[in-house]
Amino acid sequence: MPTFVYMTRCDGCGHCVDICPSDIMHIDKTYRRAYNIEPNMCWECYSCVKACPQNAIDVRGYADFAPLGHSVRVLREEEKGTISWKIKFRDGTEKSFLSPITTKPWGRDIPKLKDVDGPSQEMRDSQLLYNEPKYIRFDDGGVHTLESNGLKFKQGVVY
Amino acid sequence: MAYKTIVEDNIDVLVAGAGLGGCGAAFEARFWGQDKKIVIAEKANIDRSGAVAQGLYAINCYMGTRWNENNPEDHVEYARIDLMGLVREDLLFDMARHVDSTVHQFEEWGLPLMKNPDNGQFMREGRWQIMIHGESYKPIVAEAAKKSADKVFNRICVTHLLMDEAKENRVAGAVGFNVRTGDFHVFKSKAVICGAGGASNIFRPRSTGEGAGRVWYAPWSSGSAYGLMIEAGAKMTQMENRIVLARFKDGYGPVGAYFLHLKTYTQNGFGEEYESKWFPELQKMVGKEYLDPELSHRTHRPIPTCLRNHALISEVNAGRGPIHMVTMEAFQDPHLEEVGWENFLGMTIGQAVLWAATDVDPKNENPELTTSEPYVMGSHATGSGAWCSGPEDVSPDEYFWGYNRMMTIEGLFGAGDAVGGTPHAFSSGSFTEGRLSAKAACKYIDDGKAEGIKVSEKQINGFKEAVFKPLEHYKMYRNEIVAGDVNPHYINPRQGLDRLQKLMDEYCGGATVNYMTNGKLLNIGLKKLKLLEEDLEKLGASDVHELLRAWELKHRHRTAECVTQHTLFRKETRWPGYYYRGDAMKLDDENWHCLTVSRRDPETGEYTMEKAPVYHLVGKDD
Repeated sequence: MPTFVYMTRCDGCGHCVDICPSDIMHIDKTYRRAYNIEPNMCWECYSCVKACPQNAIDVRGYADFAPLGHSVRVLREEEKGTISWKIKFRDGTEKSFLSPITTKPWGRDIPKLKDVDGPSQEMRDSQLLYNEPKYIRFDDGGVHTLESNGLKFKQGVVY
Repeated sequence: MAYKTIVEDNIDVLVAGAGLGGCGAAFEARFWGQDKKIVIAEKANIDRSGAVAQGLYAINCYMGTRWNENNPEDHVEYARIDLMGLVREDLLFDMARHVDSTVHQFEEWGLPLMKNPDNGQFMREGRWQIMIHGESYKPIVAEAAKKSADKVFNRICVTHLLMDEAKENRVAGAVGFNVRTGDFHVFKSKAVICGAGGASNIFRPRSTGEGAGRVWYAPWSSGSAYGLMIEAGAKMTQMENRIVLARFKDGYGPVGAYFLHLKTYTQNGFGEEYESKWFPELQKMVGKEYLDPELSHRTHRPIPTCLRNHALISEVNAGRGPIHMVTMEAFQDPHLEEVGWENFLGMTIGQAVLWAATDVDPKNENPELTTSEPYVMGSHATGSGAWCSGPEDVSPDEYFWGYNRMMTIEGLFGAGDAVGGTPHAFSSGSFTEGRLSAKAACKYIDDGKAEGIKVSEKQINGFKEAVFKPLEHYKMYRNEIVAGDVNPHYINPRQGLDRLQKLMDEYCGGATVNYMTNGKLLNIGLKKLKLLEEDLEKLGASDVHELLRAWELKHRHRTAECVTQHTLFRKETRWPGYYYRGDAMKLDDENWHCLTVSRRDPETGEYTMEKAPVYHLVGKDD
């Protein structure tokens, strides 16, 4: 499902070039617009489609198994925290979907660990990770161990 | 050479590859090393890189211990039976006892996790899986890594690990090049956490031409985790344990939510249930201990995924294909229909594109399933990767050498696909492994284990020359021909990749030979891999982008060689449905209830193979 770029919509801003995980969205030197330089290394991941401010990028299903005449369009709105999809079948049927992409203002609740209190020596010597034992168990304390769970290791065949 | 050399010195923790594992490592490293210098080197842009770049619709590893759902040892038992008995149970237990704290943090950060309206707990898809709206899973996790790291170098293809010249077998950093500018980057670091990816595209894919990009695992998963570590001389484990996926045909859309949440099921081309009729014969191959349909029916014990694949493959070979997923019942429920579609839009959009293109509405027809080409990786339902130390309070002596998730090279740690023997970690488990390795790496440095590292200009310049050789080689011979790609002096990366995929497919048990191989075929495969290795010294790259493909190919080749060595070593068929050794068609617990461990000597290129004992987690009175 390689991507392609509409000539009249692309303004060559390079957002797709910046985000493509496969390094296949490049700027054409003659037209100063983006295009997919290596369709057979495209995963149809839509990262570039979602990132394009001009909605200039679309996907045409892989030629070796997908007939023409379909479209799957997407609008990702980070401010609203939503993503909307419109699927158009070859026979004209349409389906639409809307999903949340985040529940919080972007990035606000991700801690900056340089600013939190560092670990005590006791914590360093324990098996705990940052923010633990919170959430590991419902009520009673620490990280699970072989002892706490009544376990041991045994060599040989166990099914 | 026109390209600049850019040196980043005095790094404490270098994260090489920042998918879910690498992001977990960078995030957590800041807590344990508040004054340490933490640097990320990533091949793409960390906002959309790794296996989760596209998003995910489920977190497949969550215990729910706080709701009394599962304990860590339950998950160990599950992974053990799914992988036919052979996993690193110490590492799995350790991952499972921490993974819930990772998942709850994701929720705090804003990742939308679906809730069960009846009890307010996370919505279960299956016993281990919870459902999420994960379109922005990777950007959210990347945000956490960026807040912790001192510097993020995007678009750096890491090609080699640097090794210390003061102390043998100790890591000293890594080198690579910027895939846009071509600049050579040197990262001198006290510890390295390898978060690079597993391998798609080493076996010939079923798709042809343009569709070659629609592989199940991302096409940018170039086996670099293995390429980097094997090349440096790290010991590897369970590399023969490649995985084959039963998925929706052509688009490789996921089936987990379909089976578990939508309760869809499979049948053959004639509308019949087919799985159970293959089980009696299969039971003779693997033993009742591994396949007991009655017991599985009564309890939580799963039928191993490979064995279910075997039934699918056998049914198709018997002429009763195609296999269909029966969706027409579930999709009459509008809620389930929505889940079915959003599942694809959230993580395999290509499948939605394909169904739109072919007018397949699962409400009106049952879509086809197929088995994929094999993949080599260590975070999904298989456990290829490096031989790592476990945690001190859990691991048996043979599995412990000082620091959690440290490999057999000092100062080299790993997470996700890089760590061997820990299947079923998935996204949340990989992030958790990154956190564990970051804590251990900081301790390694604080213990003074990284003092006095020496890296000579000679080592750096040697790598620089090697890195740019495909560009030089191309320049030297390009003008000997008029035009085109046919040149007697070089092959380009795509031509080399085609050769690798063909030989791995035909000699190492790919899809077109129904996953069958034997000792004779594997030996021929190894010879051909050697010849390919010679030709990889003559790769031609016309620009920096092709140079990226050249290095991905080299990493894939090294991965493939190691896979073939391991497959040759294990003289049994442990995972029918993933691959078959035609010369040893039975599971053989007497000789092969062990983990396979290899080491490639970086000087000679020779492999040494050994068996490592399997330790199982049992009740203290068992």
